[in-house]
Amino acid sequence: MRPVFFVLTFLGVMALCFWAYRENYATQAALRDMGRLQNEIASLREALALQRAEWAYLNRPERLRELATLNFDRLGLLPLEPVQFGAAAQVSYPAPMLLPGDDLFPDISNPVDVTGQFSTEPAPSPVDGQFP
Amino acid sequence: MIRTPLRPLARILLARQKGENPDTIERENLRLRHEEIRDRSRARAEVRLLFLSLGFLAAFSTIGARMGLLAATEPVEPRSASAGAQIMATRADITDRNGRILATNMQTNSLYAQPKDMVDPGRVARELAKIFPEIDPVALERRLTDGRSFLWIRRVMSPEQMQRVHEIGDPGLLFGPREMRLYPNGTLAAHVLGGASFGAEGVSSAEVIGTAGIEKALDARLRDPAQAGTPLALSIDLTLQAAVEEILETGKTMLNAKGAAAILMDVRTGEILSLASLPAFDPNDRPNPLVKGDPGDSPLFNRAVQGVYELGSTFKIFTAANALNLGLVAPDTMVDANAPRKWGRFTIREFQNKNYGPLLSVHDVIVKSSNVGTANLALMIGAERQAAFFQSLGFMDPTVIELVEAPGARPIVPKRWPDITTITTSYGHGISASPMHLAVAYAAIANGGVRVTPTLLRGGVPQNGARVMSPETAAASIDMLRGVVAEGTATLGDVPGYQVAGKTGTAEKPNAQGGYDEDKVVNTFASMFPANDPKYVLVVTLDEPVETSGSEPRRTAGWTAVPVAGEIIRRAAPLLGLRPVVEPPPVDELTAVAN
Repeated sequence: MRPVFFVLTFLGVMALCFWAYRENYATQAALRDMGRLQNEIASLREALALQRAEWAYLNRPERLRELATLNFDRLGLLPLEPVQFGAAAQVSYPAPMLLPGDDLFPDISNPVDVTGQFSTEPAPSPVDGQFP
Repeated sequence: MIRTPLRPLARILLARQKGENPDTIERENLRLRHEEIRDRSRARAEVRLLFLSLGFLAAFSTIGARMGLLAATEPVEPRSASAGAQIMATRADITDRNGRILATNMQTNSLYAQPKDMVDPGRVARELAKIFPEIDPVALERRLTDGRSFLWIRRVMSPEQMQRVHEIGDPGLLFGPREMRLYPNGTLAAHVLGGASFGAEGVSSAEVIGTAGIEKALDARLRDPAQAGTPLALSIDLTLQAAVEEILETGKTMLNAKGAAAILMDVRTGEILSLASLPAFDPNDRPNPLVKGDPGDSPLFNRAVQGVYELGSTFKIFTAANALNLGLVAPDTMVDANAPRKWGRFTIREFQNKNYGPLLSVHDVIVKSSNVGTANLALMIGAERQAAFFQSLGFMDPTVIELVEAPGARPIVPKRWPDITTITTSYGHGISASPMHLAVAYAAIANGGVRVTPTLLRGGVPQNGARVMSPETAAASIDMLRGVVAEGTATLGDVPGYQVAGKTGTAEKPNAQGGYDEDKVVNTFASMFPANDPKYVLVVTLDEPVETSGSEPRRTAGWTAVPVAGEIIRRAAPLLGLRPVVEPPPVDELTAVAN
């Protein structure tokens, strides 16, 4: 019985040694990894701070004002005016959506007489996609 | 264990036979037994002592070895703990009330030289002068060759410049990392931010310390490592600040003013939404203070906080409010306003020697800005109560705003308070205060009579300060101020929809001879809007403006500060989210239409 116990103990010690050896190297690898990640985080943080600063620099009111002036033809941006405040009631509801079964022309019950004259001038043609 | 009996029967019997005392055998045996016991216990004790000393030896050698190890090894950062942002940033950012960056840090490099390692100092000096125009190559070469072993060349530089220094390729040129303070918005809110510079400098790092403004006033908070990750949020609104500075700059240019200042303040929370002072400077490249001349001419001078001026007729409303609050008069009480009025050897005149009298209601005294009417109100109040009222409004002490300049801007108040002082201070002469003082006092009227403490930090909690006047007095005062804008001296400041209420003030500047310069004035317009429920106070001050569109130059606030303030309100109010109120048109504009 005793030799068996000794052999088993020896094997157990060897197994624990093997486990400790593995754990030691895994820990060192994890620490190295951690250090690398910390460095990466630090440099990313630095880059982030720099990009925040750059964002703030590019969005400084002075530059935005100049850009709005330069691109006034395309954007037509002007400072906010008091008259631009509206009431919720002024916003019109969107037209109701037509469902496939809906009648495109509901019954027209109040026809209107339309009179006019034919123009001798040629019909206006669109300029830049818009009628003058 | 076999115990030896103390009285073995065989020996006892033998001894008895021989006639000896058998007890000696017992004693002998007892002695032997005790000796045996003693030997055994000594051996055991020796073993125990051995173990104990081994234990102590192990413990002390472990501690000693650990201490030796700690002393001998290089310190390393803990690798397993996660580092937070606070270790990365040495100084907290400053943001506006919406989180937009006003001041942040940037990693750059400093340049220093170790001339002992330098290969060719002459070439290095010439090449460096090409990169940095401010370097004199001859002087630098002399300093590089005079035998010193260390020399700072640049505190900070851009990555491009650093690359070009690298390309010189001299081993005596070295770089040290530097955290640099950066103000991305340039001159915007320069006087609020102030600026920062380097304190103690080392090769591998340097401390960044605030030199002025809020950077210096809250230096400890900004440098606190525990709060380095949390930006300091100011009450300033970047968009508003930009709009206010733009309009103020335009106004200053158009009116040929030497300087200008504007303060926009929330009347309940005391938050300063915009604080502008012109001319401004770039905190990234802070100019040096003036060594001679008037420090007030330097762009570093914060006119809104440091500028202590006689604020003129803007003070009249305090006299009227005081009289109302004391119950001496009602807004429609008629007071003597017969100009000019003699007081001892002094004569009190109205603007352009007019006479609004003989009698004027208190409301009209304010609307027409009558000096004589205000003087008579002040005489009714008396010196003591007048001084106490100014004290309660904060005109006797420096403001407590979070700027390092604020405590130095002590108002100039009369030492004695004779009747003539009572008269002149009632219309804002002989007492000097900063526009910030005026904003605080107007905020007290605007919020219904409660003193507020101005702050530059975002908080947003309505303050519950000391009551300085009754709500009824405040309402009546606002009504009078509304009259000034609707029909009085400040009609150019009326912004449709925002019911501006305010008071103009034109004060001649005292000159070096002790008199007043007629063509040098400080124009102030202190206003609040909207009048039906004032939310914001705006104070605009122009230094030496002149309006030249008419046939003769005009220097009253109604022509200078008021239109500028009106334009600021027109731009700022929508940005503040204030919806314009549709005011009913005056009755005479309504036209009857037949059905």
